[in-house]
Amino acid sequence: MARQITIDPITRLEGHGKIEIFLNDQGNVHRAYFQVPELRGFERFAQGRPAEDMPQITSRICGVCPTAHHMASAKALDDLYKVEPPPAARAIRQLVYNTFMFEDHALHFYFLGGPDFVVGPDAPKAQRNVLGVIGKVGLEIGKRVIEMRRAARQLITLAGGKVIHPVLGLPGGVAKALRPEDQTLCIEVADQAVEFALFSLQIFRDVVLKNRQYVDLITSDAYTHRTYYMGLVDENNDVNFYDGMLRVVDPQGKQFVKFPVRDYLKHIAEHVEPWSYIKFCYLKDVGWKGFEEGPQSGVYAVAPLARLNAAAGMPTSRAQEAYEEFYSVLGGKPVHHTLATHWARLIEMLSAAEMMGDFARSPDLISPNIRTIPTATPQEGIGVVEAPRGTLIHHYQTDARGLITKANLIVATQNNAARIAMSVDRAAKGVIRNGRVDDGLLNQVEMAFRAYDPCHGCATHALQGQMPLVVRVYDAAGQLLREIRQDG
Amino acid sequence: MSKPKIGFYWCASCGGCEEAVVDLAEGVLKVVEAVDIVLWPCAMDFKRSDLEAMADGEMAACFVNGAIRSSEQLEMAELCRRKSQALVAFGACSHLGGIPGLANACTLEGVMQSVYGDGEFSTVNPTDTRPQPMTQVPEGRLTLPTLDESVKALDQVVPVDYYLPGCPPPVKLIVDAVMALLEGRLPPAGSVLAPDVALCKDCPRLDTKPEDPFLHEFKRPHEILIDPEKCLLAQGLLCMGPATRSGCDHACIQGNMPCTGCLGPVSHVRDYGGAALSAVASLVDSNDEAQIAACMAQIPDPAGTFYRYSLPSSLLFKRRNVQGNGGV
Repeated sequence: MARQITIDPITRLEGHGKIEIFLNDQGNVHRAYFQVPELRGFERFAQGRPAEDMPQITSRICGVCPTAHHMASAKALDDLYKVEPPPAARAIRQLVYNTFMFEDHALHFYFLGGPDFVVGPDAPKAQRNVLGVIGKVGLEIGKRVIEMRRAARQLITLAGGKVIHPVLGLPGGVAKALRPEDQTLCIEVADQAVEFALFSLQIFRDVVLKNRQYVDLITSDAYTHRTYYMGLVDENNDVNFYDGMLRVVDPQGKQFVKFPVRDYLKHIAEHVEPWSYIKFCYLKDVGWKGFEEGPQSGVYAVAPLARLNAAAGMPTSRAQEAYEEFYSVLGGKPVHHTLATHWARLIEMLSAAEMMGDFARSPDLISPNIRTIPTATPQEGIGVVEAPRGTLIHHYQTDARGLITKANLIVATQNNAARIAMSVDRAAKGVIRNGRVDDGLLNQVEMAFRAYDPCHGCATHALQGQMPLVVRVYDAAGQLLREIRQDG
Repeated sequence: MSKPKIGFYWCASCGGCEEAVVDLAEGVLKVVEAVDIVLWPCAMDFKRSDLEAMADGEMAACFVNGAIRSSEQLEMAELCRRKSQALVAFGACSHLGGIPGLANACTLEGVMQSVYGDGEFSTVNPTDTRPQPMTQVPEGRLTLPTLDESVKALDQVVPVDYYLPGCPPPVKLIVDAVMALLEGRLPPAGSVLAPDVALCKDCPRLDTKPEDPFLHEFKRPHEILIDPEKCLLAQGLLCMGPATRSGCDHACIQGNMPCTGCLGPVSHVRDYGGAALSAVASLVDSNDEAQIAACMAQIPDPAGTFYRYSLPSSLLFKRRNVQGNGGV
């Protein structure tokens, strides 16, 4: 008899989600659906607001990655007013941005995704959290994690006023200059961050890579999809979180297209399904062919694994070594194993830490010249950054006074939405067999989306609300057999 | 003696309030020692059934962040209310409606059109598909929650004992509130757990704020180089310091940007936006009503500026009223 399983809420992600699993008569998975059951209204209620308020208003899309929205918005304002921030403003923005990427990636590894590996994918539920991680790696390391997070967040506070919903971004620069004594502190934190990132990578090697079972899980077919990948790259095609061109590679790893963000509408489109509030991005030049992998389907991925696949390398030396190790262990580029995202995230964390050091040491950092005052009449602006969870685009149109008339936001999780849905379906089919369903197996289904670190705070920006995650299992007759809710 | 039980729950929110709790850092460990956290969905695994199984009033305190828009949020707010002795509205959305409350200035249909309309920027939707409460797929039925027309603050749906203001609440205020609750030093019900004084009063730039009305025109932050020492209002920037409650250590002002009012009003103010508007208007250097009006008319977006965090809890509440008040 066929069944349906629901997972709601999905836990340890920022926001909410829902997975419905339909079983067939043999108790195997017919299809699993990943739903985003919520929507807010940012595009709409941005209308009428002054453009310069957008960095602060849109940061409220997500309190986990406010700095990503803040920065994408500030860059959209640069473009709106056709102003170039002076070198000091660029240095401050990039120092803040890399610090943010560093600490956000650390949050994911230690608090959200890490528990699955460090504590174990089928460990008791009560231990699969940050306290379980500390229990496994030791209280001293736990304290080090807390201390590092605080130092990184203090640095962002120094430049941005607040770390949750910072205020530094203005068209043409930043609001506040840094002083020489600030620079000393920034260098200290950056050096500490590099050490911390190297240490985190070592934990990953020791706990995950040395465990054959984990490596088999990462490379198993249940967690593999051959899709396109997209990410921002610099002039050398190396990963860049703050600026550059968008580069897309095909499932063989060959460059498919490379474009400036102002051309995004030529290359990216969004598909609507009636069963989810999230829209599904796809490559316009390939087209929407449904939830399918391969070169004929426009489905693509963003976020750490995709960024590494879409680039030629890392912009910093130690991260480049880690990048080469990654591809050598996993059998060359591109890597299609979704769970390898956790490793990719740590390599990016190292790169972000090294970049922090570069910008912290920049002589530009403490120049008082932090603003270019706009003079152009505003009309349209587009900005892009790589958020921790992938490519983030803000697009505004305004009247001549700079009041928003229309806005479009493509957030990281939207880019990934189709591949996440496919990953959840594939993982469910891989782990649920002959009607056997337990918490450990359902957690392995959740791991498929947790690897993406999907931010549903961001994904639901279009309307106000909440979405906890449920897994429900239904039989072929549509009877509810099992419901697991991990939040509400 | 068993430790007091406390809970954290989120409704319509961005996750920033949860991050603020994590920012307690070692403080979290102290709190964990002193209390039993029985509900915290973002970081730990709990079920709704666990909450339902609790006796009424079993939690000493429950901190609820986010605004209320869906039926599920309403049910959870009611459940948290019933199961806790003290219900604390945590953060600006729960306290006043918050930035997502600006959605009350537009219609749900307008939102749906912006998001799902064919040809709206990157959306390709020739069949005009919209998310549906129920969808029949080949394998079975899929459902989605429906959304209310308007956003509400927590105390617009259940009685609230205390408010922790801010977007997000400053860490120091969170620690003070938790300690006061644990030690039974409870202020009168209905209190906002923050200093009852306007932000201007303890502002490090207070010395540079002119005594007499001084405003002749308003500037927008991107139009001027902002002096990092001088009162922002004195520079013509619209700073909400005169009308906003203190307690944030002037975080935005330390970032050299004006206060936008996230901690809401001092006590006894029914409508934050109205109070802020009148506080700013009283700084305009004129006794002539027409002149004052002309000066205030330079403010490009009064509703979004004065009611940035408080539209749902304001006297305006929804769009029809906003229009009736000439856009303010």
